[in-house]
Amino acid sequence: MYGNVKTAELVSLRIDGTEISVPSNTSVIEAAEAVGVLVPRYCYHPGIPSRPAQCRVCLVEIEGQPKLQPSCNISVQEGMVVHTASEEARSARRSVIELLLVNHPLDCPICDAAGQCMLQDYAFETRQLASRLNEEKLVMGRDRIAEDILYFADRCIICTRCVRFMREVAEDDALIVAQRGYRAYIDTFPGAVLDNPFRGNIVDVCPVGALVHEDFLFKARFWDLDQTASVCPSCSTGCNVTIDTVENQIVRLKPRHNSEVNSYWMCDHGRKHLIMSNRGLRPEAPLLRRDGKLVPTGWGEALTWVAERLREVSRGMAIVSPHAANESLFYFRTLLDRIGIAGGTFRVEQGEEAILPGFPKLQLRADRAPNASGAELHGFERFDGGAHSDPGGDAVAVLEDPLGELPDEWGREASFFLYVGNRLSPAARNAHAILPVTTFAEMEGTFTNFEGRVQRFHQALQPAGLARPAWLVLARLVSLLEDGGDGGVAAPTLASEAFQVMVRATPAMADLEWASVGLKGARLGSTEAAVPHAQAPAEGA
Amino acid sequence: MAYPYRDDRETTTVLSRHMGEPEARTLSGWLERGGYEALGTALEMEPDEITEIVKESGLRGRGGAGFPTGMKWGFMPKENGRAHYLCCNADESEPGAFKDREIMRWTPHLMIEGCLIAARAIRAGHVYIYVRGEFFPVVRVLNQAVVEAYEAGYIGRSVLGSGWSCDITVHLGAGAYIAGEETGLMSSLMGGRAEPWMKPPFPAARGIFGAPTTVNNVETLASVPGIVANGSAWYRQWGSDESPGTKLWCCSGHLVKPGNYELELGVPLSEIIYDVCGGAPDGKRVRAVIPGGSSTPFLTADELDCETTYEGMQAAGSSLGTASPIVMDESTCLLSAMRRIAQFYAHESCGQCVQCREGTEWIAKILRRIEDGDGEMKDIDTLYDLCEQLTGRTICVLADSVVFPLRSSLDKFRDEYESHIQQDACTAT
Repeated sequence: MYGNVKTAELVSLRIDGTEISVPSNTSVIEAAEAVGVLVPRYCYHPGIPSRPAQCRVCLVEIEGQPKLQPSCNISVQEGMVVHTASEEARSARRSVIELLLVNHPLDCPICDAAGQCMLQDYAFETRQLASRLNEEKLVMGRDRIAEDILYFADRCIICTRCVRFMREVAEDDALIVAQRGYRAYIDTFPGAVLDNPFRGNIVDVCPVGALVHEDFLFKARFWDLDQTASVCPSCSTGCNVTIDTVENQIVRLKPRHNSEVNSYWMCDHGRKHLIMSNRGLRPEAPLLRRDGKLVPTGWGEALTWVAERLREVSRGMAIVSPHAANESLFYFRTLLDRIGIAGGTFRVEQGEEAILPGFPKLQLRADRAPNASGAELHGFERFDGGAHSDPGGDAVAVLEDPLGELPDEWGREASFFLYVGNRLSPAARNAHAILPVTTFAEMEGTFTNFEGRVQRFHQALQPAGLARPAWLVLARLVSLLEDGGDGGVAAPTLASEAFQVMVRATPAMADLEWASVGLKGARLGSTEAAVPHAQAPAEGA
Repeated sequence: MAYPYRDDRETTTVLSRHMGEPEARTLSGWLERGGYEALGTALEMEPDEITEIVKESGLRGRGGAGFPTGMKWGFMPKENGRAHYLCCNADESEPGAFKDREIMRWTPHLMIEGCLIAARAIRAGHVYIYVRGEFFPVVRVLNQAVVEAYEAGYIGRSVLGSGWSCDITVHLGAGAYIAGEETGLMSSLMGGRAEPWMKPPFPAARGIFGAPTTVNNVETLASVPGIVANGSAWYRQWGSDESPGTKLWCCSGHLVKPGNYELELGVPLSEIIYDVCGGAPDGKRVRAVIPGGSSTPFLTADELDCETTYEGMQAAGSSLGTASPIVMDESTCLLSAMRRIAQFYAHESCGQCVQCREGTEWIAKILRRIEDGDGEMKDIDTLYDLCEQLTGRTICVLADSVVFPLRSSLDKFRDEYESHIQQDACTAT
């Protein structure tokens, strides 16, 4: 929040009657936030460096100044006395809203942003609910500004957050303000195409409904969305995201601020990929091979049967997926140890890389999986040599790898083939037992990102059918193998319990606590003090 | 060929002395008229001495705001380590103003000389002359003069063998009023949209290309050679203590002899309008005057006895602005005139601040509606309220520029508005 905390000296000022000391390079709007006062803002965005002070909604009164001052653009000074809600400041703010609405179509009933619109919010906050406008409104229409993004010019308030995000953070001069005055609108630079891999962020920074993702258009009302804090599973960066769902369907991903990982941003690949991965054929009940056929059954019977068969296994191979959670990988490793299979491999899909120049830590990384580091941590080896080899007559146990590109007869000769996963590919159908498990979105757990940051994700969706988190299934199997399932060895029933068992048994994770991982994650082997619920500077109300 | 705007009366001719003489445009013609002598004097002076003389002369910025020029130069940092720039603001766009155009058109070398002296004073090695986009014929004359001056060694490396170097670049704008605002001008000059920026940082601290910059109006710079050559006392023989010197008056509107007249500051406005320009034609009465270009408050016919100094015009409730009185006779519908002014500012708003972007257009729309006979009495209250909302809340003063004439016309010609609203009739004859 305060760049250069170490070098800047502290200054004391008074904001709305509250004394506060902040570094001297803090802007008034940020200092106000530190005392709990959220000054309205449009053009100011904490993740975009420039402060043009052009929306004029953050004007505040500063004693000794003849005119109201834009709080985003003014740095704090020793002894400054700021009134964010003086009569003049409130009147100016209200007037800004009235003027913004002069040519605004007021099409909230069909606007995607309704309910999370900073124009709506401030209109209610300032009680600017009736207009004196008695003239015809200007109609500008809409435009396709990128392959997947629409621009509704009439709703636009020309805060230029999108233009400045592209210019200053993505460092791609694709967007401009075209025309001027009341005829101004956002457009692509003549001849340029907005195809930047981070362009989706312009929709997020838009404080109103001017920029809209076409694949979300008219899909859901904001107030019907369930929002879940999660981690993007599409590459090893592990961007913090919010998964928005409606009726158990993922409708969009939004970046969630984390100054250590992705700031306020995420890439477009991540946004789209998860929605696509919603699809595909899912096993919804445990399937056991009887008389050559896969027969659905209940969990109790399936686990008992699998445990019995596993007792006979002595040698074999293991395959895991870097999409599995840490807890699942841990219990899979525990199970393998128990039955005497060593090692195990995983494959990581590779893709093109992209970097966000304004926040270079945020990259779409070549490793298109969220938890390759976790898999390595639990003793599985990265395997880059093409397809997994056929187990032949040995036993094989698979965790969550979809076995998608393997020949149809893969694993057919195996002495025992256990498939713990959530996809029904032809190879997976050769298993003796298919135990259906949840995707990451249907469970709670943790991933370890490319730099060893352990991050929690929450459950966003109801599981498909009888699918259960893999760690839960595997922990039950372990306990059945240990004592026959008499309850002597308690299997965890909560992700937090599974996590605690894991960190106690895994030396590299010994420093971690479920609570301290929080919503922001924690680095392995790092002494950085975790701030479980640190507040990020607000983008909007 | 006599300059078409010469007055019959005995008038001061400092800036306009050689206007109307085509030979003055050429370097040889200009040298015959004593050109570039002041530059020679300035080259023998230290930068701060030049600034000091200009400070003593009391010269004030002719672009409208009237800020003391010497003081502005004094804000520039003294050290020579960094590049400094001078921008000559030749983006003359204020409706009613046509003085800078005349200076550049007739005596381009006068301005170039002023630029060079000012550049030396502020330790600038490069001058950008930002010319209004529509001034094609003017820029042709100016370019020719710059080329000649370069060839003769008045511009470029080691000016006149002094060891001091200064370049001049003529830059043609793309046609935006707001490029005449100094920060807007600098944004445009750097290749961006002509969007003003918040001050601070002031140009003297951080102007074009991040370097200390001074922006001066054409007429200001054209006044400098005379001051340097003849001294500050010479300049102070005209005008008042606070507003010394002479000024070009761009008189337009309903006048018998509209035109560009150079007069010393302080001549009563009524004298300019009635004696110099011959008053309204066809025996009509003057109804209203906007004295300083369209962004200054209206004066009624009864208020014209004011002294045309910066302080005198302020005392009269208006502003000297660019000294460009637009005179409207009794046949003028002031509502219509105001609507046209508002439309201009709505068209020219850069669109950054909402007050200006939406407010100016809304004002124009309301005025248009009243003009069309659909006005209501409450519109007057709305207009007054918009005046409040548009004042002092934006990055630059373009929004204030529409408020000045609007508020004064509401105050002084309310009958015009009421007549349109209540009777759908104009009070103009």
